[in-house]
Amino acid sequence: MNLPIILLDHMPVLPEIIVLAGACALMIVDLYVTSERRVVSYYVAHGVLVACAAATVFVQWVDGPTKLYLFSGLFVSDVMSNVLKLASYASVWLALVYSRQYLLDRGLLRGEFITLLLFAMLGMMIMISAASFLTLYLGLELMSLCLFAMVALNRDSAQSTEAAMKYFVLGALSSGLLLYGMSMIYGATGSLALSEVARSTSQLAAATTDRTFLVFGLVFVVAGLAFKIGAAPFHMWIPDVYHGAPTAVTLVIGSAPKLSAFAIAIRLLVNGLPELAQDWQDMLALLALLSMAVGNITAIAQSNLKRMLAYSTIAHMGFMLLGLLSGVVGGNRLSADDAYGAAMFYVIVYVIMSLGAFGMLLYLSRAGFECENLDDLRGLSRRSPWFAFVMMVLMFSLAGIPPTAGFYAKVAVLSAAISAGWIWLAVAAVILSLVGAFYYLRIVKLMYFDEPREGGAVPGHPEMRLLLSANGLLLLAFGILPQPLMNLCFVAIQKL
Amino acid sequence: MALPYLSLAIWLPIVAGLAVLAAGGESNARAQRWIALAGALAGFVVTLPLYTGFDLQNPGFQFIELTPWIERFNINYHLGVDGISVLFVLLNSFVTVLVVIAGWSVIESRVSQYYAAFLVMSGMLNGVFAALDAALFYVFFESTLIPMFIIIGVWGGPNRVYAAVKFFLYTLMGSLLMLVAMLYLYNKSGGSFEIVDWHRLPLPLPAQGLLFFGFLFAFAVKVPMWPVHTWLPDAHTEAPTGGSVVLAAILLKLGAYGFVRFTLPILPDASRQLAWLMIALSLVAIAYIGLVTLVQTDMKRLIAYSSVSHMGFVTLGFFIFNAYGIEGGLVQMISHGFVSAALFLCIGVMYDRMHTRLLADYGGVVNTMPKFAALMMLFAMANSGLPATSGFVGEFMVILGAMKKSFWLAFIAATTLVLGAAYTLWMYKRVIFGPVANDQVAALKDLNPRELIVLGALAITVLAMGVYPVAFTEVMHASVNELLRHIAVPKI
Repeated sequence: MNLPIILLDHMPVLPEIIVLAGACALMIVDLYVTSERRVVSYYVAHGVLVACAAATVFVQWVDGPTKLYLFSGLFVSDVMSNVLKLASYASVWLALVYSRQYLLDRGLLRGEFITLLLFAMLGMMIMISAASFLTLYLGLELMSLCLFAMVALNRDSAQSTEAAMKYFVLGALSSGLLLYGMSMIYGATGSLALSEVARSTSQLAAATTDRTFLVFGLVFVVAGLAFKIGAAPFHMWIPDVYHGAPTAVTLVIGSAPKLSAFAIAIRLLVNGLPELAQDWQDMLALLALLSMAVGNITAIAQSNLKRMLAYSTIAHMGFMLLGLLSGVVGGNRLSADDAYGAAMFYVIVYVIMSLGAFGMLLYLSRAGFECENLDDLRGLSRRSPWFAFVMMVLMFSLAGIPPTAGFYAKVAVLSAAISAGWIWLAVAAVILSLVGAFYYLRIVKLMYFDEPREGGAVPGHPEMRLLLSANGLLLLAFGILPQPLMNLCFVAIQKL
Repeated sequence: MALPYLSLAIWLPIVAGLAVLAAGGESNARAQRWIALAGALAGFVVTLPLYTGFDLQNPGFQFIELTPWIERFNINYHLGVDGISVLFVLLNSFVTVLVVIAGWSVIESRVSQYYAAFLVMSGMLNGVFAALDAALFYVFFESTLIPMFIIIGVWGGPNRVYAAVKFFLYTLMGSLLMLVAMLYLYNKSGGSFEIVDWHRLPLPLPAQGLLFFGFLFAFAVKVPMWPVHTWLPDAHTEAPTGGSVVLAAILLKLGAYGFVRFTLPILPDASRQLAWLMIALSLVAIAYIGLVTLVQTDMKRLIAYSSVSHMGFVTLGFFIFNAYGIEGGLVQMISHGFVSAALFLCIGVMYDRMHTRLLADYGGVVNTMPKFAALMMLFAMANSGLPATSGFVGEFMVILGAMKKSFWLAFIAATTLVLGAAYTLWMYKRVIFGPVANDQVAALKDLNPRELIVLGALAITVLAMGVYPVAFTEVMHASVNELLRHIAVPKI
């Protein structure tokens, strides 16, 4: 075999290769850049992301939209993986741009941040494309280790270090749970490849003894997933980590990793264990209800914006689970595509909202001033009418009020839940989202109804202003024309 | 004829609102006011062909526009009006013009945001009345919360934040339950959000009952019916004049409109079964709230409670299931739109001069503002249901319809004629007549031309509707009869 053929065979991993090579190159380049010229590393990262995006688009839409397994079934490239990867690039790119000024002001824009960010993204890409327990776990650990280090980036801050410790201990515990569950399922089925697992479970599920074994493993897998997604009662790490980490890192943790967590949930539960759907759907229903309740109710009591958004994440992940748990009704998979597509749409819209909300906090922070308390938003509409409007769109979208994208996300998952017969859960969900509306509304109230405590316009980097505006307007645009993104999600799930 | 009038009625005000926003900061207030007025007038003018070109014999929907919107969920941008909804589009566009003029020199802070909020809301409200697709209806229905929230919260009175949040959460609670009900119907109908498809959908009684309550919460909060009316006095009292006007004249109508568009035709059997409940709640609103109104000391609060009482008539009319009742309810809605708007504007006129809404601070206004006193007299009479004013027509028709059903029903409903006269005229007496109460009243100036135009326009409409109600009812006949025929057929 000559080189071109090997390259062609491995075309679908081209984006991963680019990130890996780019991140390694960046490590070396960064050694030779002085801190005044750190911008070079920053732009190299941009280049890597653009190249990745081009490669993914090429793999998906030029090379042929087929589903491909690589490396003896360790790695899969399909529509879902490519769509989620593109969304991850976009959110990592936005995180990079949003954080620039914030990190510069605090002397944190070092090569470490950018390199770790790229390696974390590589981890996410591997998670998204995992077709086997092994790759899935590898990707997860690669991402988690980078994120642990990023939380502790500001190493002199006791708060950040504490958050990093908590994140590390709980993250390791949850990885342990996940790994334990996977080993159980491996024991029952004798395979690490998810497609193989699915095949053997369909034969095993009939026998009771093997079934007990499988369900035992499943419990641990679901618990591990719940940790990673941040669903109650496995949510304890989220508020502390979101609060303790530098806001730029919170932005990273709060956005792209949700996409990959969704991807591994789909891979493990939908691709790997569809025969056990009845079991995991009931578990997810409990998680969803608890998350929506804990997230929405606790968020009301928060005076710290980052903590409030952390609890809001928990609530939103609960809502997203509504979609995941509505796929199979009594062994019937007819509406499965609708339900999982709705969940995917939800998670992508959520990531856009989360990027915007944390981006706004970064935008309002300055050297020596952290915008992280509710009071810091007081009277924003006087100081900066435009960004108050953008923030209002973000808040109403998070609350799920039309005409914003958050509304369709909510409608899509609720519709899936109702068609699967989960009517009580849907009613509980809307009542809890009413509770949630209160704290989003409080932010709008602070911005519009209260007088500012300090005067003066808000300064900001032009490229950040532009992107943040685009981020908010995107939610409005998807609120008026949600069709394209929705279709993309459903196609991705259909071709799973 | 081919112009998409409904789309224009929705989007012209919204575009004008955005243009006002784009026109810049506080220094440009004059230009912003003119753009807003031009937008509101254009929005009103494009609704006129809806009335002149309306086919009176056709009970179905007219001026239909249909474009696929979200194919994934089979949601269409489907607009159209029938005899029930067309008048509300006109009413809304008309009131918007008045609101823009009324705020002309009163609103001085954040002028562009104020006008933009009203214009955008006006477009959305037209969308609610014109939507034939339930998802589209819901989007417009709930979107109106955002501008109203801002209007109350930014330009309202001292307790505005409490009122704004209460308004938002109350109405959101109702509409979220309606959303679940709509998604259920979407599923049952095999994936259609078309309201007309839902009209034909057979449903077992238990399901109808649950759906009835799902819709009831949304609409009852909006109407508002007793006992979920408590947000209304707060919202009205704290809102700026324009906000109160739109709230009373249009937003309250959304709930009642929802009953005729959704509850009655989609769930006819449950509606008949639960009519006793609706009638009981309506009578409580008419009689009990009427009494509550008597003891109010704040003028805006008084009119707000009187709105609850008047809207009780509307729901009563809808749930006695005859043509008098339903047409009476619809006429009452329109009339209340004009009369309550006028009364809130009157209170606004006084508030702008005196900066108080308390009855105790007034007295003898007729001595200093004779023109104003005369106009307000007319509106007070209309509010208490005097013949030859618009207020009489609707109440009379509903009482007539109630009489067909039962004497006692009509008897309790008719107490409103006494109570309404009592609280309105007593308020009028305390404010307008008597000796000049204090120096501030003595220094009052009569209406300026701008105020005279606004109140004069409303006075003409109120009188016209009282003297020649056929102009309004003939539009409704065909659609109301069709609705009654439809409800009469069980769909279990």
